[in-house]
Amino acid sequence: MNWFRRSQPAIKPAEKKSSVPDGLWLKCKKCGTILYRKEVEANQHVCHNCNFHMRISSRVYRDILLDEGSFKEIGGELRSKDFLKFRDTEDYHKRIRHYEKRTGMNDAVLCGSGTMDGLPVAVALMDFFHFGGSVGSVVGEKIAQVIRLALEEKRPLLILSASGGMRMQESTMSLMQMAKVSALLTRLADAKLPFISLLTDPTTGGTSASYAMLGDVILAEPGALIGFAGPRVIKQTIGEDLPEGFQRAEFLLEHGFVDRIVARPELKQTIGELFRLLQGVPAPEKV
Amino acid sequence: MAIQTALDFEQPIVEIERKLGEMRALSDGTGLKADGEIARLEKKLEQVREQTFSKLSGWQTVQLARHPRRPYTLDYIERLMPDFVELHGDRAYGDDHSIVAGLGRIGGVHAALIGHQKGRDTKDNIYRNFGMPQPEGYRKALRVMQTAERFGLPVITLVDTPGAFPGLGAEARGQAEAIARNLFEMARLKVPVVSVVIGEGGSGGALALAVADRVLMLRHAIYSVISPEGCASILFRDASRAQDAAEALKLTAGSLSELGIIDAIVDEPLGGAHRDWDGAASSLEKAVLSALEELLGQDPQERVAARIAKFERMGIFDAD
Ligand SMILES: [Zn+2]
Repeated sequence: MNWFRRSQPAIKPAEKKSSVPDGLWLKCKKCGTILYRKEVEANQHVCHNCNFHMRISSRVYRDILLDEGSFKEIGGELRSKDFLKFRDTEDYHKRIRHYEKRTGMNDAVLCGSGTMDGLPVAVALMDFFHFGGSVGSVVGEKIAQVIRLALEEKRPLLILSASGGMRMQESTMSLMQMAKVSALLTRLADAKLPFISLLTDPTTGGTSASYAMLGDVILAEPGALIGFAGPRVIKQTIGEDLPEGFQRAEFLLEHGFVDRIVARPELKQTIGELFRLLQGVPAPEKV
Repeated sequence: MAIQTALDFEQPIVEIERKLGEMRALSDGTGLKADGEIARLEKKLEQVREQTFSKLSGWQTVQLARHPRRPYTLDYIERLMPDFVELHGDRAYGDDHSIVAGLGRIGGVHAALIGHQKGRDTKDNIYRNFGMPQPEGYRKALRVMQTAERFGLPVITLVDTPGAFPGLGAEARGQAEAIARNLFEMARLKVPVVSVVIGEGGSGGALALAVADRVLMLRHAIYSVISPEGCASILFRDASRAQDAAEALKLTAGSLSELGIIDAIVDEPLGGAHRDWDGAASSLEKAVLSALEELLGQDPQERVAARIAKFERMGIFDAD
């Protein structure tokens, strides 16, 4: 009964999921242009017409950023726990199962080792499609594991943020994940291993107010929403509309909080080159 | 004063206190023998207090933590560090009045003390921005912590904020970066760090002063990832369900101690810190000094390693 074996996990179909809904055509959320789906995928989910960077899953980022077949996942066995028996309009443990099924991931970050143009790296790729990229104990522990891996194997670290902030269902314990990851990053700094933080849409709340803002180099994708307080909260507080472009990647660059804005197709080359420059690795030979 | 600002659940206590006061005055004024009645009321007062404060709900604790008469950072400074010298400004942009920082002596120990500061009345609250810091506040805090580090002085922080301020300027000047920087730098500060949540521990804005060797919490303080009101409107989709959110968030000192998030609970005078500032201050002083004594005896490198390891252990999950 080969076809019924458990070695083929039930979550496999979700692998294919991306930000792009099924169908041959799709409409750009920003400029409204109707785009041919295959072309959008070939262009790494960036609109040909207006350069809008569509949200994509951690697996798509893995394929964009790492050399093919080089990725080795860690922390995939961890599971979120409803230790507070938290219930809002739904039980937390039900929400956990819901997202596990929907994305096929164990939590909102994909962690592991791999190579970028041959350079060994450690990566943590957050995933906004899983629980809004919210950070609870499992996300905190997975990032902690990847920092430990970077320390042990002397690899530079990339953390890609895509997160609305801390996971409220784990209350103060999720808040502590900010301190946990930030504290561990001091050990990476002591070991003189470079850490690049890549901010994608969105990076807000406690995620931005911890590791996302602690990179030796901080990069952002064009147009990404980046900030501590969400735009709605600020609007409520000040009682007026927010200026155009407020809290976007370009705004942060202008205010000195982001080193560079990098278009998705240039990410791999830029990050790899920065790691090589920081670590004294010679430029790769031109082919 | 107590009657004006008494919370709903404090009313029975206040009522007995009022009767007791009347009875005593009557007895003193007329020489009427009321010893029996006074003793009875005193006993009842003690019982009702015990009863009320031994089983406070999450929401009642929130109310106590935000009590308008609760002692704030400057009230503790007055009592713990009478020779406190305040230091102003972040040396980059401005001076944030919602965070007070400076140097002084506590029980003979030279130390830096930094705390959120709320206002007592409307005018004061506008000056203090309701205890909600801008990035400059966090940068001032870090600057003073690093000054303390250079001179080998331990750092004490008092946490009492609804949260970091969500405003245009705060975002433009890097609220997220300022908080993140403090988490990172506090984790590796070479001097002992003791934090006490004295009132509201509001999310990242609180944590930015609370990456410490010892995190203590006053009995009726709260510490949470989001306010009960914010949680109610986002998760419960009903802003009026803040009381339910307060229970669900497990934000009391008792719950957080069980979860291992805080290291110890500091007792408040019966009836709450707002009923007895001196009592609260002396309880706080004892707890801080005992933590400092232990920490000052440790090797700095080991102390930092233990601090990082403590936060590294935080998290509850299954591994199958
Ligand atoms: Zn477009």
